[in-house]
Amino acid sequence: MGKTFKKPEALTDAHTHYCPGCTHGVIHRLVAEVIDELGIRGRTVGIAPVGCAVLAYNYFNCDFQEAAHGRAPAMATGIKRVRPDLMVFTYQGDGDLASIGMGEIIHAANRGEKFTTIFVNNAVYGMTGGQMAPTTMPGQRTTTSPMGRNVADVGMPVQMAELLSTLKTPGYITRQSVIKPRYITRAKKAIKRAFEYQMAGKCFSMVEVVSTCPTNWGMTPVEAVKWAEDTLLSYYQLGEFKTPEQEG
Amino acid sequence: MGKKILMKGNEAIGEAAIRAGCLNYFAYPITPQSEVAEYLSKRMPEVGGVFLQGESEVAVGYMLFGASAAGARVFTTSSSPGVSLMSEAISYIAGAQCPCVFVNIIRGGPGLGGILPSQGDYFQSVKGGGHGDYRMLVMAPASVQEAVEMMMMAFPLAEKYRNPVMILGDGLIGQMMEPVEFPDDLRTEPTDKDAWATNGMETRGSDKRNLVKSLYLDPEMLNNHNLHLKAKYDQMRREEVRYEPFNLDGDYRMLVISYGTMSRVCKTAVENLKAEGLEVGMIRPQTLFPFPEEEIREAAGKESCKSVISIEMSMGQMVEDVERCVRGRRPVTWYGKCGGEVPTPEEIMQVIKERIDG
Repeated sequence: MGKTFKKPEALTDAHTHYCPGCTHGVIHRLVAEVIDELGIRGRTVGIAPVGCAVLAYNYFNCDFQEAAHGRAPAMATGIKRVRPDLMVFTYQGDGDLASIGMGEIIHAANRGEKFTTIFVNNAVYGMTGGQMAPTTMPGQRTTTSPMGRNVADVGMPVQMAELLSTLKTPGYITRQSVIKPRYITRAKKAIKRAFEYQMAGKCFSMVEVVSTCPTNWGMTPVEAVKWAEDTLLSYYQLGEFKTPEQEG
Repeated sequence: MGKKILMKGNEAIGEAAIRAGCLNYFAYPITPQSEVAEYLSKRMPEVGGVFLQGESEVAVGYMLFGASAAGARVFTTSSSPGVSLMSEAISYIAGAQCPCVFVNIIRGGPGLGGILPSQGDYFQSVKGGGHGDYRMLVMAPASVQEAVEMMMMAFPLAEKYRNPVMILGDGLIGQMMEPVEFPDDLRTEPTDKDAWATNGMETRGSDKRNLVKSLYLDPEMLNNHNLHLKAKYDQMRREEVRYEPFNLDGDYRMLVISYGTMSRVCKTAVENLKAEGLEVGMIRPQTLFPFPEEEIREAAGKESCKSVISIEMSMGQMVEDVERCVRGRRPVTWYGKCGGEVPTPEEIMQVIKERIDG
């Protein structure tokens, strides 16, 4: 009897360093499954961010580059321009993409660079120890907003999917989640679609993935899922914000 | 050799890269080198190359990093404030050991400074403008022809050392028109990068993935990584020193050290003084890192030589390296200007006469 369920080839055997209840492992697996299903591992280059996923290159079993904080879209641009035949994805968190790397992601998306961005949004800086991110919710306590995010002082959380979908250049922009099984199935479909647009040389694609960070939220994994569903998903609504078939 | 044509320095630099076999260029406009981007925006499509105007010098630095890490020959051109922004990427590129070529057509600083020629970025280029222990191989042309030749040499050197190479010119090198030839024998084929580049496992027919990174969390591994980088910089010190000696055969009373545009004025001054019966020797470093340390030490030590002067279009940067080489055996002084005005031969002659015996 053959195996009916196995680890994707696009993942290594390494044990991840992620915290209990973290969703990076699930998202890694979805990306790896898509790479396997499309048969593109041998021509895929991933780009790791600075943040919790900085060591993603230890877990994905394909060529990988490691970027400086926020600069992955510029590196992906460099690769795709000189090697359009390679499949390129960036894997970035919310501090990386929505704060320090805001310029790089907007311009890459606006040029219609043909790579895929997996944007993991858990409303907080993870690796540096739970500081406020551009995506932190109003009133959310973090180590640099101990009284809760004060929107009068630092503004409202940035909605990246909405923001990028205002660009007139065709693209595929979607927001998904992986905090419950039903979301995971949809997220995988979206990731696959994003890679397929890239394969067809069609457009820039970004899958934002609403995620949890029990450690830095100070919650149990179960509490974190509930808080994410109640609080994050009402502000970061799931769905497709833009497809290349749409008129600009 | 091809035939001689009259070209502006900036355009010649762009053409030289193509002739050297580099067909990938990313850049952001900045005076006084925007002509390179303008020229290549037309030329790259003609030769089937890549031209992209990035959104900032920060992004351009990483476009080079990504392209180079994927195995491509790639370069950019910029000027001082732009190179400051690229310095983050240069540190990562040096750490991750990727070959890239950066051209800095220096303008006056600090800050916005001015748009006229300067040599104020010596420290930034030679001592490391970004963070961490790294070095670039830095070449400083004194003519448009030399800029062309150094551009063409830069790519194989970057690949030999898997390290960024910088061509350090000043606004005059970029803006000046001079006759140039593109030497065919300096055209090189890119080296095989399969051992390390993230060019796709299928491309290199391998099951082994490649990683391009600069992160070493383990202290021993990071130390070893830095020792490996240092070994490369030491090899550059042994193998890549380039300099031009001038009037060093006779009994010169003073030794002038000068590079780039400034050295051409100094040469005229030395020739004029010789006609007046005053012997002055000169060394023009063509590589600023590695620096011609032994050569300067030896030339300064000649019995007839009473003093050494570093003449540069900065407030005294290279002079620190000259002092390091001379090791207190002769008095070392500095002369220069850095507002954008180039000192005249008469001015230099006057300074030399005043300081000739130390």
